[in-house]
Amino acid sequence: MKSLEELKAIREKMQKQMNIRQDDPDAIRVVVGMATCGIAAGAKPVLNAFLEQVQLHGLKNVTVSQTGCIGVCRLEPIVEVYVPGEEKVTYVKMKPEMVSKIVQEHLVNHTPVTEYTIGAAE
Amino acid sequence: MKELSLHLLDIAKNSVTAGATELELSLVEHGGALTMKVADNGRGMTPEFLKNVMDPFTTTRTTRKVGLGIPLLRLAAQQTGGDLDIQSAPGVGTTTTATFHTDHIDCPPLGDLAGSLSLFLQGAPDTMETRYIHETDAGRFELDTREIRAILGEEVPLSTPDVALWLRDYIAENEARLIS
Repeated sequence: MKSLEELKAIREKMQKQMNIRQDDPDAIRVVVGMATCGIAAGAKPVLNAFLEQVQLHGLKNVTVSQTGCIGVCRLEPIVEVYVPGEEKVTYVKMKPEMVSKIVQEHLVNHTPVTEYTIGAAE
Repeated sequence: MKELSLHLLDIAKNSVTAGATELELSLVEHGGALTMKVADNGRGMTPEFLKNVMDPFTTTRTTRKVGLGIPLLRLAAQQTGGDLDIQSAPGVGTTTTATFHTDHIDCPPLGDLAGSLSLFLQGAPDTMETRYIHETDAGRFELDTREIRAILGEEVPLSTPDVALWLRDYIAENEARLIS
């Protein structure tokens, strides 16, 4: 069973890391569109996959957040990645299977996965 | 949307947009009846806006003129012989209540409540407290973000991946108890 004790352990672990996450000049933001259009297109498992992968790789500089409708509903699920000093990258028609590649190549190695981007889809 | 949990996630996000600081999400299932309620203390709607809110061409968004969340939920409820009711007043808040007949062939499953709820809490602002109640003939599960935050302290937000994934598993285990 999941216990509240485990939650305390997470708190202790995170408190040690928090300062790093906030003050890091390499702070990367992953934003998942979670409006009606995104949810209906399958954004929930995509967001879940990002949380799992970020935890798996221990990426302390990455925050995963949610937003409303990004504006191109027909290309949902849409994920935007903001890396400081680099151009925003928009990934479209996302599936959970595509997430690990983006985390590995883009979030870790700073090389966007071009074939998943809006530029490749349009 | 094939799961009621996705509707819950979608409608709850309206309360975030409405600037609510208190949100109550409840699912009450008894016999063949399910009531899903989303109640907030957000900015509320004027009687004029409320009158048209079931119309898909009504939205608070300024980027375009379509808002499908409420109409899709109403359709899902009505398909089972249930309905959707919205009570709202400016400055007071909004309560959206959907009723379903779960024994109707067109009633969607509740689906992945643990996933939907944990992700909703992951994306909800730190200024909002959410209470979740799920009651069935087999039992009752309650979760209050105040209690979770009391354990996590101020420095660790609910948006932290480790916390969101813990919440997902915690909710899943408790939800499993409610299936009779």
